[in-house]
Amino acid sequence: MADLHLPATLPPLFRDLPRRLDVDAATVDEAIERLDERWPGLRDRLCAEGTELRPHIHVYVDRERAELGTALAAGSRVDVVAAISGG
Amino acid sequence: MPLTVVLAGTRKGCFVLESDGDRRDWKVRGPYCEGWPVYHAVHDASSGAIYAAAASEWHGAGVWRSTDLGESWELSSEGLGYADGGPKLSKVSGLTVAHGRVLAGAESAGVFESRDGAKTWSLLSTLDGMPGREGWNDPANQPPGHLGLPAILPHPDEAAHFWAVVQGIGIFETTDDGASWTPRNRGLRADWPLEDPEVGYCVHKLVMSPVDRQRLYQQNHCGMHRSDDGGHSWTEITEGLPSDFGFAAAAHPHDRDTFYVIPLDPGHGRIMPGGKAAVWRTRDAGSTWQRLDRGLPQRDAHLGVLREGMAIDSLDSPGLYFGTSTGQVFASADEGESWSEIASYLPAISSVEVAVVA
Repeated sequence: MADLHLPATLPPLFRDLPRRLDVDAATVDEAIERLDERWPGLRDRLCAEGTELRPHIHVYVDRERAELGTALAAGSRVDVVAAISGG
Repeated sequence: MPLTVVLAGTRKGCFVLESDGDRRDWKVRGPYCEGWPVYHAVHDASSGAIYAAAASEWHGAGVWRSTDLGESWELSSEGLGYADGGPKLSKVSGLTVAHGRVLAGAESAGVFESRDGAKTWSLLSTLDGMPGREGWNDPANQPPGHLGLPAILPHPDEAAHFWAVVQGIGIFETTDDGASWTPRNRGLRADWPLEDPEVGYCVHKLVMSPVDRQRLYQQNHCGMHRSDDGGHSWTEITEGLPSDFGFAAAAHPHDRDTFYVIPLDPGHGRIMPGGKAAVWRTRDAGSTWQRLDRGLPQRDAHLGVLREGMAIDSLDSPGLYFGTSTGQVFASADEGESWSEIASYLPAISSVEVAVVA
C-alpha cells in the first residue's frame, strides 16, 4: 500500500474524496487509475489528455520527483502537489 | 412574478444575481464552481440547468452544471479532449444551448456537443479543410492569450445549422451539423495583410436578431458590421461610434433594428474611452447611434467589458446587463435609458447572461 497525499484543490470536486488515503498500486499511473475507478473523472484533473501529468501538477514518491511510470514500493509516500502559483 | 437571474462568470467562480420582474433589488449568491475561472455561464431554458465553462490552471478544462439554480454543482470533462497526438484542449470558452443539446467551443479550436446535460461530451468538428485550418492551432501562430473557438451561434429553427467563430480567422457556417463549413466573412475589414480574402478576420462577438433570422450583427476588431442575409455579406456600420473596437454586443429581443454595443479604446488598455462609462444603441440598424450613460459613472471609470460581458433579457421592456473586468455589474430595466450598479465587488467578470425564470 502506498500512502497517498492529495492537494486541497481536489477533494471539493469529488464526493467523499479524502486528502490522504492508502492505495494498492505498482506505479503512480496505477495509483491514479485506482482513484479514477472510485471517483470517475479524477484522472482528468491530474493528467492532460490522459497520458501525462498536467503541467502544474507534480508528483513526488518518497520526496523524489516522479512521473506516471515511477514505481511504488510498499509503504511509499506519494505526494500529489498543485504548483504554488496563481493569485 | 417571474424571477430574473443574471449569471456572472468570473475569474474566481460563477455568481448568481437574482431579482423579480421589476429588476430593481438584487441579491448576489456565490462564488460557485470552487472558485475556478469561469469563462461563460449560461442558462438552459428547457431544463432549467446552468452550465459554466471553466478551466483551472491546475486541473484542466471542464463544464460545471447545476440543476438547482446554482445551489449545488458538479463538474465533468468526460469526452472534452482531442485524440492522442492531436491538438491540446486548454480551455472551454463558449457555451450554447439549443435544440436539446449543449455546444461548446474550445481552445484549440473545436466544437463539442453534449446530449445529456453536460455530463458527457463528444467532438463534433475541428473544421478540417477550411482555409486557415492548417495553421490556426500552430503554437508559432498564437498571439498572447492564444486563439480558439470562443463562440457558437445557433439557428433558432434548424438544429444542424449554426455559425462558429474562430478567433483571428473569422466566421464559419454549417448547415449539416459540422460535416461541412463555409467561411462567412465577405465585406469585413482587416487592418492587416490577408493571404486569403476569405479568412483572417477578428470577430469579437456575433449575434442574431431574435425576430429576424437574416439579421446578424457583429463587433469586430475592425468595426461594427451588419448582415441582412444571414451572414453571407457584411456592411460596416461603425460611423457615429467613438471607436471601431469593442467586444460585447446585444440584439434587442423585439426589434430587428435595435442593437447595443460597448465601444472600447483599441490599444493595449481596451477600456471605455475617457474614463466615462457608456453603452451605445442604434434603433435604425446602425445608421445612427445614441450614447446611453444615465446612471453610469462618468469620471475615472476605466472599465473593460469582454465578449460575453453583456446580455439582454426578453421581457416586454428589455433589461440590459453588463459586467466589467473590475467586477461591477450594471443593469438597466428600461432598454438602456438608465442604469444602476447591482454588484460592485465581484472578481473580474468574463461573462454575463440573463434568464427569466417563471
